[in-house]
Amino acid sequence: MTTAPSLDITASADTRVLEATTPSSAYLDVPASKPLRLDSQRQLASYRIAYQTYGTLNGAKSNAILVAHALTGDQYVASRHPVTNKPGWWETMVGPGKPIDTDRFFVICPNVLGGCMGSTGPASINPETGKPWGLDFPVITIGDMVEAQVPLIDHLGIDQLFCVIGGSMGGMQTLAWAARHGDRVATAVPVATAAWHSSQNIAFHEVGRQAVMADPNWCGGRYLELGKEPRNGLAVARMAAHITYLSEEALHRKFGRNLQEISAKSFSFNADFQVESYLRHQGSTFVDRFDANSYLYITRAIDYFDLAAEHGDVLANAFKGTKTRFCVVSFTSDWLYPTRESREIVHALNAVAANVSFVEVESDKGHDAFLLDEPELFATIRGFLNAAATKRGLKAAGKG
Amino acid sequence: MLAPSIQQTSRVDHLLIAKMVAHGSRVLDVGCGDGALLQLLADTKDVDGRGIEVSRERVNACVARGLSVVQGDADRDLFDYPDDAFDYAILSLTIQATHQPKAVLEQLLRIGRNAIVSFPNFGHWQVRGRLLLTGRMPVTENLPEAWYVSPNAHLCTIKDFADLCKVVDARVEQAVAFNAWGRQLGTWLPLTVHNMMGEKAVFMLTRRGPA
Repeated sequence: MTTAPSLDITASADTRVLEATTPSSAYLDVPASKPLRLDSQRQLASYRIAYQTYGTLNGAKSNAILVAHALTGDQYVASRHPVTNKPGWWETMVGPGKPIDTDRFFVICPNVLGGCMGSTGPASINPETGKPWGLDFPVITIGDMVEAQVPLIDHLGIDQLFCVIGGSMGGMQTLAWAARHGDRVATAVPVATAAWHSSQNIAFHEVGRQAVMADPNWCGGRYLELGKEPRNGLAVARMAAHITYLSEEALHRKFGRNLQEISAKSFSFNADFQVESYLRHQGSTFVDRFDANSYLYITRAIDYFDLAAEHGDVLANAFKGTKTRFCVVSFTSDWLYPTRESREIVHALNAVAANVSFVEVESDKGHDAFLLDEPELFATIRGFLNAAATKRGLKAAGKG
Repeated sequence: MLAPSIQQTSRVDHLLIAKMVAHGSRVLDVGCGDGALLQLLADTKDVDGRGIEVSRERVNACVARGLSVVQGDADRDLFDYPDDAFDYAILSLTIQATHQPKAVLEQLLRIGRNAIVSFPNFGHWQVRGRLLLTGRMPVTENLPEAWYVSPNAHLCTIKDFADLCKVVDARVEQAVAFNAWGRQLGTWLPLTVHNMMGEKAVFMLTRRGPA
């Protein structure tokens, strides 16, 4: 293998590179007999989808919930991460007795196509060259991510998912699932998301990509072959992006203008302020677990997402005749995917008389609120899922 | 539009609406509040129910109890729905708090094959009495707020509402008034008596088809 770690690469990056090619989670290898035709018109001859499951699939295979992860998430939604050793990214939401109750539901969380935790992406080996794909990997879309998950659902023998749920980019996948495979999605819960990526959000993504590509260690995307890592570039990209996940209020509450472990300004460019130190920490821990090229590809997929444009510029057309029951959730202080963008989704669903609930959760924590302890969010998801599950005839947890 | 806060201790209007609605039908409850009517209709009539509610807290409570409710506003959000999307479009004790009651009623008649509207009757003798005797805007058990905090922007009498029905070309299929004790007034009584004795009224309307 050409991905053998060199001395330039840190120990955790070593594990990370291994996870990209030989995941410790379950995975499905989709054979060349079922190639994936991408929105770019290119084709992936064969590909791998790494995934985690939680809970038990019932006999009727009617209790499956697909959790779609966000930009920098992965399949470890409710279990320890093999690279960081940190708990799952949505353990407050998914688990026994949690709103997405694994005593009642069977939860599937796939790593997206283009990701770096075992699903095929730019850090995987290109079978034609025996080297990491790098920038030879085709540009993918949110729709492609969804299409790549379909064989996994088939493989698990599931005709119809009880629910597809996800926040941010996970919400986009949720919408794409409902629009493309509505008959296979009984309920859909898009959280803190939008039906298209705004100009401002594309702008932020471009800043992040330029930071990665400006790092000399990026080497035109061939850093894995060359045993290098664009750590600084990716860290800066993460720092810039992280600001967009918070709110001014949350930053002020958490850090104010407080200084970091010093009593006076140092009159230098050290991280004097707590907020600087916090961002640097966010940047450096991120690069330990994420592949820089994956970051480029996935942000691009989000930029390209526009469900209305795919349907003659009328978003409602994406959901014509839908039988899926929707629960749209937004947060008051989310300026990355503000409430008005969720409202656009709700209006489109109303226009086709779809069954839709819409909740705006009051929170000052910005976009990140969907990952945090938000009792109103939990109550909403729990109530919506349980009511829909009862209607579907799924027995309550702990009964029989 | 503000959330109307009319006292809803008496649910006689809900029980009457539940009688009017056909089993298994599609219902939109505009201004659904805490979802009590939607729950009643789901439990007793097995309806496919949706709600719109302006108060975020009430919406979240409705969704947490399993009802399909969106945060929205009768004045702004009815335009999205297609024609005849519902068998019944219900506006329960809300029309008086809308900015454009006529436009809202027209929208209800467009998106519902039937529109059911209930409202507090400003022609009730207690209201007339307060105004006549005190010379001030009436504050009653049914309309408990002073004019400067009341969300009710467009109060009307039963006769006023009947006039509006003519203006928007709606056919009154059924009209019922309740007195202050929640008792239904006899339908044989003349409109003037309803307008005097009724504290709340419930109208079921349909669009007049093209002749």
